[in-house]
Amino acid sequence: MKARVIVTLKSGILDPQGKAIEGALRSLGIAGVVSVRQGKVFDIEIAEGDRAVAEARLKEAAEKLLANTVIENYDVKVMG
Amino acid sequence: MKAAVVVFPGINRECDMARALKLASGREPAMVWHAETALPAGIDIVVLPGGFSYGDYLRCGAIAARAPIMDAVRAFAAKGGLVLGVCNGFQILCEAGLLPGVLMRNARLKFICRNVYLRVERSDTPFTRGYNAGQVICVPTAHGEGNYVADAGTVARLEGEGRVIFRYTAPDGARAPEWNFNGATNAIAGIINERGNVLGMMPHPENHVEAAMGPADGRGLFQGLAEHLDRAA
Repeated sequence: MKARVIVTLKSGILDPQGKAIEGALRSLGIAGVVSVRQGKVFDIEIAEGDRAVAEARLKEAAEKLLANTVIENYDVKVMG
Repeated sequence: MKAAVVVFPGINRECDMARALKLASGREPAMVWHAETALPAGIDIVVLPGGFSYGDYLRCGAIAARAPIMDAVRAFAAKGGLVLGVCNGFQILCEAGLLPGVLMRNARLKFICRNVYLRVERSDTPFTRGYNAGQVICVPTAHGEGNYVADAGTVARLEGEGRVIFRYTAPDGARAPEWNFNGATNAIAGIINERGNVLGMMPHPENHVEAAMGPADGRGLFQGLAEHLDRAA
């Protein structure tokens, strides 16, 4: 089964990398960029037939390693 | 003082740390590989040194914090054993849940390598008994992710319980934004856990332990630890 885990910074957490990217986009002249927050995407293949089980396992992975829940939120999407 | 220095792939300060520990205690520390599952018998302090474990992949310290040896370090800390984490070691302790909060990218996104001034906030811990409270020490720093962040409740608790042990200040001990070079919350450079046996700090006291290195201001930390542990033994 293929899945995607998206990790993003919680709101209120300063994201200097996002800010730098935001500045670069503006200097490239890309119009209308209001703000940028940088996150991470993990594409994971998991050997599990049951969707719910796969999702539970990936949530565990996110809690234990992929995200630092002090500063980050995560979202698990099992794509089948 | 019978120290163990944990060696993770990608760290580079383990020899400096071992040298400082030996200088203070007269004993060569045990070097423990991260894949071990137990600490050597008779150890009274575990040190996580600085560097770039796993190339800082994922988040600084994140992968090292899940290494096999860390269960043993956690158990050692739970029994009251002293644990010191410096730089990447501090990041690992936060990622391992042994200390609260997280070290984020420096506020101005630059890797900063230079001497900094730290005010020692307390002298009544095993790690700082070699100093006076309020004393300012000069030690090197070298990191890109040392900007301490925690939620407001955690910071309030750390402050309220006197668990901020080192703070970035001017040479005279005054706090000012320009001396808080990495943007850390409340200029926090080092904190201790609730029980007082786990300390994490970003700067490198192990690099200022002999006159040849410049000021030997880091020596007090190791000397204090050696005295504390030799008295306890």
